[in-house]
Amino acid sequence: MSSTRARILAPLIAASLGATLAACGGDDSGDKTKKDQPLAADAKVSITVGCMPAKSQTAQRKEWLEDVASFQKLHPNITIDGKDAFPCQDPNTFQAKLAGNQLEDVFYVYFTDSRSIINNRQAADITPYLGLSKQYPSVDPAVEKVFKDGEKVYGLPRQNYSMGLFYNRALFRKAGLNPDAPPKTWAEVRDAAKKISALGDGITGYAELSAKNQGGWHFTTSVYSQGGDMLSADGKKAAFNTPQGKAVLQNLKDMRWTDNSMGTKQLLVDADIQRMMAAGKLGMYLGAPDNATALVDQFKAKYDDFGMGPIPGSTGTLMGGDGYMFNAKASPEKIKAGLLWLDYYCLTPGQGQLNYARAKVDGRPVGLPQPKLFADNAVGQQDRQLRAASANLPVANFKPYEDTYNTVPGKLEPGHAQQLYAILDSVVSAVLTRQDANIDQLLSDAQKKADSVLARAS
Amino acid sequence: MTTAPIAARLRRATTARMSPRRRRGVQRNLTAYGFLCGALICFAFFSWYPIVREVLLSFQKTNFVGAPTWVGLDNFTTVVEDPVFNDAWLNTAAFTLLALVVGYAVPFVIAIVLNELRHARAYLRFVVYLPVMLPPAAAVLLFKWFYDPGPGLFNQILHAAQLPGLSWLDSTDTALISLVLVSTWMNLGSGTLIYLAALQTIPGELYEAAELDGAGIFRRIRHITIPQTRLILLVMLLLQIIATMQVFIEPFLLTGGGPEDSTVTVAYLMYQYAFNFNNFGGGGALGLMLMLVLMVFSAIYLRVSREEAR
Repeated sequence: MSSTRARILAPLIAASLGATLAACGGDDSGDKTKKDQPLAADAKVSITVGCMPAKSQTAQRKEWLEDVASFQKLHPNITIDGKDAFPCQDPNTFQAKLAGNQLEDVFYVYFTDSRSIINNRQAADITPYLGLSKQYPSVDPAVEKVFKDGEKVYGLPRQNYSMGLFYNRALFRKAGLNPDAPPKTWAEVRDAAKKISALGDGITGYAELSAKNQGGWHFTTSVYSQGGDMLSADGKKAAFNTPQGKAVLQNLKDMRWTDNSMGTKQLLVDADIQRMMAAGKLGMYLGAPDNATALVDQFKAKYDDFGMGPIPGSTGTLMGGDGYMFNAKASPEKIKAGLLWLDYYCLTPGQGQLNYARAKVDGRPVGLPQPKLFADNAVGQQDRQLRAASANLPVANFKPYEDTYNTVPGKLEPGHAQQLYAILDSVVSAVLTRQDANIDQLLSDAQKKADSVLARAS
Repeated sequence: MTTAPIAARLRRATTARMSPRRRRGVQRNLTAYGFLCGALICFAFFSWYPIVREVLLSFQKTNFVGAPTWVGLDNFTTVVEDPVFNDAWLNTAAFTLLALVVGYAVPFVIAIVLNELRHARAYLRFVVYLPVMLPPAAAVLLFKWFYDPGPGLFNQILHAAQLPGLSWLDSTDTALISLVLVSTWMNLGSGTLIYLAALQTIPGELYEAAELDGAGIFRRIRHITIPQTRLILLVMLLLQIIATMQVFIEPFLLTGGGPEDSTVTVAYLMYQYAFNFNNFGGGGALGLMLMLVLMVFSAIYLRVSREEAR
């Protein structure tokens, strides 16, 4: 019996091992092109690109197809094969796509995941090709850092933001608060949350995430807002067990249990708080400007009801966003073609995603202070002017946030972000679900766990 | 060209070098082997191949770009040293135990009650089976609302009965049992139907004789129902252990492992390693450990069922 099984299994194992090795083998065929040379006019290249808008996003998809047609007219030797998905990427499918050879040549990625992808060498080094991108030198160095490892570059940004205080203007009015003057400190947030939750009718003043690693993500934002940090300078030790970390948790604890302004339902994730905000049941949370678009598109809310203020405390804030990286197996021709496409579609004011005039005509929202891809240079100014000229949203609602955009330092996510977030989820959820939670003990335990994770990683 | 000559040639080619007796056996069963191929290919691709890959992964470090490197037991060391590792196993064991107490007994009792009913049996069987027809994600999200400490159904019922509301998923004391209740509700129908089928195979004369001897319902259950359904109870016990130890969807959708890691299970931690921490080796190592534990239960079951057959 066992020999029969062995006879059946042996070729299967051999076949699967063969397939695995074949799949893992590199593809260096025909790599004769010099990396710093432009793409040869007679070189026919076809590239797959992630994050083509889904069919349900009618206007965005129409614009994408127009852009592809215009780009291919400019570069007749390049074919763009867009791959649609909504949302653009589920980070959890990234590894599966990579393992199954289904990852696009130019793939979409969140800032959160870029560091892990770079550390694992799962993206191509595009440094030698960057000369082909006309706009790359104009990219904000703070944003550029997301895709850099030392002097090497692995990707280009598409969208970026920094976190601020997202709030419900309608509830501010109802609670007697001035919707044009959002809270600027955590003490003011606490006061406003008390007044909003006092409206009753199941209305929550302030909400915080605490599940699926999102609690850790927002804890990081709050620690930055208090001037703290997540890791030591060398990245080898946790640095959140500090007065700043304690202040973040103490504030949450006070709002949750003393003021009762955070509602009873916890373990919230982003979709939960967006639903609450759109339903007019939530006053404030930490978020980015594009939350307004999500609330309007997915939950049929109105732009007029929302506004954004600076991150409370304004000592620092978390930067986020998304961009594109290149498949580690992509040929030099594909990388060159991809860079030309990204330059055209993502980074040139007045074109592609930055064509605000067309977006306005197509009935899409224009005017949110996002993305801010460029530093305060000529390209950045041109982009802002074009956006302002076509704005069709109540941009004044986002002015308090935009006014401080350049004064509040943006910080990137820490290394090994997901592992740290998983540990800190537990801390945030403890404070929000247990009245007797001991903050010192929680932070001390979390630090030990985080140090252990960092030690193993290094 | 028709298929008949091809089949005949295939048959001749396959059986050319065999002994006459074996040849006759193969010729007689060739069609059956053909059908078997489909199942074998499916199992090979969707069960055996992933198992082999998973075992290999647990001893490798891979980024799915370059060739994987063998790292010995490093992945196992990593996951064992993870501070949540012990919690995950304890939570899984607690979930399994609670699911056995609640999820194993409840369907059996319901099956007995349904079996005793004279009216509306078909309707009630349908009602009991209904949750199985709901997609698991929909069922779990339905409970998310039931468990809402504010306007949720369960607390509304408690308040109507002048009782204090519970935190359900938001408390380390009640989160795990809340997940057990969801799991039990979702899987109640299948278990009940299997028990019901087993109950209906028990000869009615046994109950009649017991009734004539003056046995009440509990004595009839103890001395007839349970001994007569012992084998199916054992099978269900094993299946229940195997299924509940792999619990994933409930913590994934309802609690995200919280509060305070109180609902992190081994399968959930495996998911975290593979898909969130970008460490497939660690996920593979946890998967292999879980598989070995489940194999122990399978071996116990096989031994018990062999003794039963004797």
